[in-house]
Amino acid sequence: MIAFTLNGAPARTDAAPFAPLSDTLRESLGLTGTKVGCEAGDCGACTVLIDGVQACACLVPTAQVEGAEITTIEMQSGEAGALLARLRAAFMAHGAAQCGICTPGMIMAAADLLLRDAAPDAQAVRDAIGGVLCRCTGYQKIVEAILAAAQGFAAVEQEAPAGGAVGASIARLDGWPKVLGTERYGADAAPADALWLRVVRSPHASARFTLGELDAARTRLGLTAILTSADVPGLNAFGIMPALKDQPVLADGFVRYRGEAVLALVGDRAAVEAVRDADLPITWQPLPALIGVAAARADGAPLLHAHAPGNILVQGRLARGNPDAAHATAAATAEGAFTTSFVEHAYIEPEAGHAIPREDGMDIIACTQAPYMDREEVARVLGTPEDSVRIIPSACGGGFGGKLDVSVQPLLAIAARRVNRPVRVTYSRTESMASSTKRHPAQMQARMSADAEGNFLAYTLEGDFNTGAYASWGPTVANRVPVHAAGPYRVPHVRAHARAVHTNEPPSGAFRGFGVPQAAIATESLVDDLALQLGMDRWDIRRRNALTRGDATHSGQVLHASAGLPECLDALKPDWDAMLAKVAAHNADNPRHRLGAGIACMWYGCGNTSMSNPSRIRATLARDGRLTLWNGAVDIGQGSTTVIAQIFADALGLPVAALTIVTGDTALTHDAGKTSASRQTFVSGRAAMQAGQALRAQILKLANAGDDARISLAGTTLTITDSAGAARGIDLATLPADLDAEGRYDPPTTALDADGQGIPYATYGFAAQIALVRVDTQLGTVKVEEIVAAQDVGRAINPDLVLGQIHGGIAQGLGLALMEEYIPGRTENLHDYLIPTAGDVPPIRIHLVEDPEPEGPYGAKGVGEPALVPTAPAILGAIRHATGVRVTRVPVLPHRLWEAMR
Amino acid sequence: MTRYHRPATLTEALSIRASEDVAILAGATDIYPASANRRAWGDPTHKDVLDITAIPGLRDITETPHGFRLGCLVTWSQVARADLPKQFDGLRQAARHVGGVQVQNRGTILGNLVTASPAGDGIPNLLALDTSVEVAGPNGTRMMPVADFLTGYRATALARDEIALALHIAKMPRAVSGFRKLGARHYLVISIAMVAGVVDIDENGRILMARLSIGACTATAQRLPALEGELRGTSLYHADKVPEARHLDHLAPIDDIRATAAYRRDAALRLLRDLLWELGE
Repeated sequence: MIAFTLNGAPARTDAAPFAPLSDTLRESLGLTGTKVGCEAGDCGACTVLIDGVQACACLVPTAQVEGAEITTIEMQSGEAGALLARLRAAFMAHGAAQCGICTPGMIMAAADLLLRDAAPDAQAVRDAIGGVLCRCTGYQKIVEAILAAAQGFAAVEQEAPAGGAVGASIARLDGWPKVLGTERYGADAAPADALWLRVVRSPHASARFTLGELDAARTRLGLTAILTSADVPGLNAFGIMPALKDQPVLADGFVRYRGEAVLALVGDRAAVEAVRDADLPITWQPLPALIGVAAARADGAPLLHAHAPGNILVQGRLARGNPDAAHATAAATAEGAFTTSFVEHAYIEPEAGHAIPREDGMDIIACTQAPYMDREEVARVLGTPEDSVRIIPSACGGGFGGKLDVSVQPLLAIAARRVNRPVRVTYSRTESMASSTKRHPAQMQARMSADAEGNFLAYTLEGDFNTGAYASWGPTVANRVPVHAAGPYRVPHVRAHARAVHTNEPPSGAFRGFGVPQAAIATESLVDDLALQLGMDRWDIRRRNALTRGDATHSGQVLHASAGLPECLDALKPDWDAMLAKVAAHNADNPRHRLGAGIACMWYGCGNTSMSNPSRIRATLARDGRLTLWNGAVDIGQGSTTVIAQIFADALGLPVAALTIVTGDTALTHDAGKTSASRQTFVSGRAAMQAGQALRAQILKLANAGDDARISLAGTTLTITDSAGAARGIDLATLPADLDAEGRYDPPTTALDADGQGIPYATYGFAAQIALVRVDTQLGTVKVEEIVAAQDVGRAINPDLVLGQIHGGIAQGLGLALMEEYIPGRTENLHDYLIPTAGDVPPIRIHLVEDPEPEGPYGAKGVGEPALVPTAPAILGAIRHATGVRVTRVPVLPHRLWEAMR
Repeated sequence: MTRYHRPATLTEALSIRASEDVAILAGATDIYPASANRRAWGDPTHKDVLDITAIPGLRDITETPHGFRLGCLVTWSQVARADLPKQFDGLRQAARHVGGVQVQNRGTILGNLVTASPAGDGIPNLLALDTSVEVAGPNGTRMMPVADFLTGYRATALARDEIALALHIAKMPRAVSGFRKLGARHYLVISIAMVAGVVDIDENGRILMARLSIGACTATAQRLPALEGELRGTSLYHADKVPEARHLDHLAPIDDIRATAAYRRDAALRLLRDLLWELGE
C-alpha cells in the first residue's frame, strides 16, 4: 500500500509502485480529471501538484508519492481549492477552454505559478505553462485568464436576455465540466466489467503476413480473444467515400502502412498490456514500400489498390478561359514548385472509447466528429442494420478533422460482439499518431500572371497530394483544392489539377482546410512574386484583385453577398503600413536579426463541395415546461453547442438559460452532419434557427398572436405578450401534446461540370492576415512577433468564441509553417513532432468583419478552418521580406532556412 | 512484471545493484518516455527498477571550502533557484530551458548525465564546469571526470554494480559562464545544438582559463581544447572574435530529423561566438 494525501484527504492505493501516478489517479482512484495525452512528459495534460509544485503525473512512479501531498483539478478545499476556483472561473470567462482536454493541466500549471507568485506578468505565465500543450486556443486566452485569476474572481456570464443572445460573448454552455475536471472524454468512463482492447499494428510500411496458432497464443497469454480479419462479422472495410470502403478494420494478410491494425487483443487489462508483439504468431514478409508520390507515380510502381490505376485515387480539375495564352502574353509571370509535409492533428486526446453490446444492438461511446457516419461504418462492419447501432459521443478532446474517420469504433464493436461484454480501448500517443490520418503532403507546381497594372490574368496549378495508403478524405481534398487554388481573387483564366496519390504512408484525410492551406502557400507566394516584379506593394496587389460582391469565382459562381475580403484588407491597411515602417526602421541598423512583414489572403467554401450535407435540429416544449434543443452537432471545442443554442434561443424568443440541450446521440438527436468543413454554425445553425422559428410559430398560433409578440416561460406557463402589451398565458400542462418542431437545412449547391464549373458552396469565408517575423539570419531561426487577422465571418454569433477559433487556427498555421513534420517511424511522439507552445504563438490582434450571409443564420457563416489558411503564407512572405529568400518547402526548420540563405 | 526496489539506505541500494540487473530511477523523466515508446511498438516489458529517491542525503547542494557537491537527486529547479556563484549561470540557464517546468521539478542533473543523450542539456555545462562524478560501488567510492564518465552515445563508464552519487565542481570565484540552446520551438524542445562555457578571468578581464563545450552536435558532447588554448591570455571582451570553423574540425556533427550536419557545424560556431560575446558584455 502506498499512502499519501490526495486533495487534502488521506488516500491509499495498492497500485503497482512503477505505475505512473496518472494511471493510479485515473484507474485506481477514479480521478479522471487528470488527463493523459502522451505518457512521456511532452504535453503536460496530466499536470498535478506534488507537494505544491507542478509535475507530469505520467512521469511519476506511484511509489514516489508515498507521504506526499497531491493536488489535482478536482481539489475544492483550502488555499489551493480557492485558487483553483478563481482559475476555473477565469478560464470560463475568458474562453480559455475550447475542447478542454488540456484545461486541467493548464489550470494546475497556473496554480503552481500563482501559489508562488501572486502577481505574475505574462512572461512568467508563459514560462509556467510552457510545459502544457494546447492545440485549440493559441494560448492567448489562457494567458489572459491566468492573469485575470491572479487579480481575483472573474464573473462568468452564460446568460443573455431573450432575443439578445446572437452577438453576445456568453461563456460556453458546456464549459464548467471542462474546468472542473468532470468532463468525460473517450478514456474517462467505461463499465467496471469492461475488458480492455489493444491493437497490434504493423511495424512495416508494406508487408505480407501470416498468422500461426492464435488459439494456443490466446491461452498461453491469458487473453479472452485475439481478433483477426476473420472475426469481422460484416464487411471488413471502412472509408469516408460512400462507394469506396477500402480500409480494413483488421488487415487480411497484407498491410499498406506502418501502423495499420493487424490483430485486436482482448482480455483483462493486465493480460492485454503484458503481451509482447514478439510473442504473437505473426510472420512478416516486408515488401518494398512506396514512400512519396514520386515513387508511387513511377513507371512500374506496384499498385496499392486495384481501383486506383497509376496509384492515382482521384483527380480534381477546374478549367476556365485560356490560361496558357494569358501566361504567354502577360506583363509579369511567376512560377514555382512548393512542397509541404505530413501534418499531424495532434489533438491532445488520443482516440479512446468503449462499446457496450446490447441484445439487439451495440452502443459505442467514443470521441468523434461524426456520430452518424460512425453509425454507418459500425453497422456495416457488424453486418447489422444502422438503427441497431447507437453512437453516443464522449466529449471530444480536439479533432481538427482527425476524428472524422472512425478509429476505435469498429474495433470496439467487433470485440464487444465477439466477447459479448463491454470493451474499452485507449490509444497511446504513438499509436494515435501512427495510425490516424494526416494532412496531405503536397507537391505543387504553380504559375500566375498579371498585366502591367497588376491585374491577375491567369493561374495554373499541378498538384500531387500524397493521400497515403487509404482513400479517407483524399477525394475531398482533390476536389476542394482546384476550386480554391487560384485564391480569393479575380483571375479570368485558371487551370488547376489536383491528384490524390496513394503511397505506403499513413492515410491522409481531413485536416482543417482540406488541402486549401497547402495550395495557399503556393499561390500567395506567387502573388508576392508578381508584386515584386511589378514594383507593387503586396497589400495593393491583393486589394486590387480581391473578390467582392458581384464577382464570379473560378468556378463561375457569382458572389451575390457576403464577400468581405476588400473590407478585411482595408481593416488591415493601417496595421500593414505600420508593420512595414517598423521593419524598415529596424532593419536599417540590424544586419543579423532582420524583421519582415508578410501578408496573405484566403477564401474557404463552407460545407461539403457540391454535395448535399443537411442538418436536422429538433426542439420540443414539453407539457412539463421543459424546453429541449435536440442538437446532433458534435462540439469538439469549437463552440457549436453554445452557438447553436444562441441562434435557436433568439429565433424562438426565449433566453438561452431556458434551454435544456441534448447533443449528439444518434438515438436521441437527428443527424446534424459532421463537425467539419466549417459547417456547424452555418448549416446546423440555420437548421436551429428554423427549428426555433417553427416552435415560435406553434406558440404564437396557440395564442393567436402576431410575429412581434414576446414569449416568456415560467414553469409550465407560457406568457405571450403582444406589441400593445396585452399578455396571454398558456398552461402547457393542459395541451394535448408536447410542442415539437424541427428545422432542416441543406446549403444550396450544384454539381461541378467536367471543368469544375458550378456552385460548389453556398457561401465562403474570407480572411486576410499579416505577420511580423524576426529572423536570425546567422542561425536561420524564425520568431513570429505579431499577427493581425481580419476575417469576414458574416455575423459573429459569439464574438469571443470566434476569436478563439481564429487564435487556434493561427497557432496551427504557425506550426505548419515553421515546425510540424510527421515522418513515420521518426516523429511519432510529441517531443520529436513539434507543435507550437505558449512561447511560440505571438500576440494576435483580430478585426472581425461582418458582411452578412443571407443563407446563414442571422448572417453567420463558418469560421473554423479559414483562420488557419492565410497564416503560413503570411509567415513565409514575412521570412522572404526579412531575408530575400523565397521559401518553397514547409516546415521552415532553421537548417532549411539557413541552407536557403546560403 | 517489473520488480520495483525502493531501498532506504545506500548500502541496500548498492547490494541490489550488485546482485540484480536493474534500471536506476531518480527523476524518472527519461525512463517513462523510453518505456512508452517501446510499449507502443509491442514491447511492454521493463527492466526491474531501483528507485534511489528514498535514500536520505542525496538531494543537497553543499558547499565545501574548495567546491560544490550536487547530490544525485538535485533537480533542475533546485539548481535554477539555488544561490550559486556565476560559474553556474550556464547550468542554471539550461535548468530553465530543459523540458517544461514539470520536468525541471522532477528531473535530476545527474540523471541527465547518466542518460548520456547527445541532446542532454546539462552535459555541456558539466563539461565546462570540469565536473567530477562521485561513483559508489561495492568497494567504496571513486571520482572520475565527466569527460571520462561519458563513453559514447547513451553510454557511460558506470559499472553494473555502481551508482553515481554526486557531482563535484571546483570553485572559481571570478569565473563567468553561460549557455546557448538552439531549438525549433520555444519551450519543451530538444536541442539542435548547444554550447556552454565557463571562463575564468583576472581582474582586467584577461582570460585565465576557458572551458567550452558543444552539445547535440555529436554522439557525446565535446570540449574544444584548441579554442580553449587560444582563448587563454586574450581579453574576454574580444573573445567572440576568436572562434573559427577550424576549432570545430574535430567534431563529426550528426545529421537527423532536427538538422543537417552542415547546419550544426555552422550553428555551433555561431552560438560559440554569441556566447563569448554575451560573456564579454
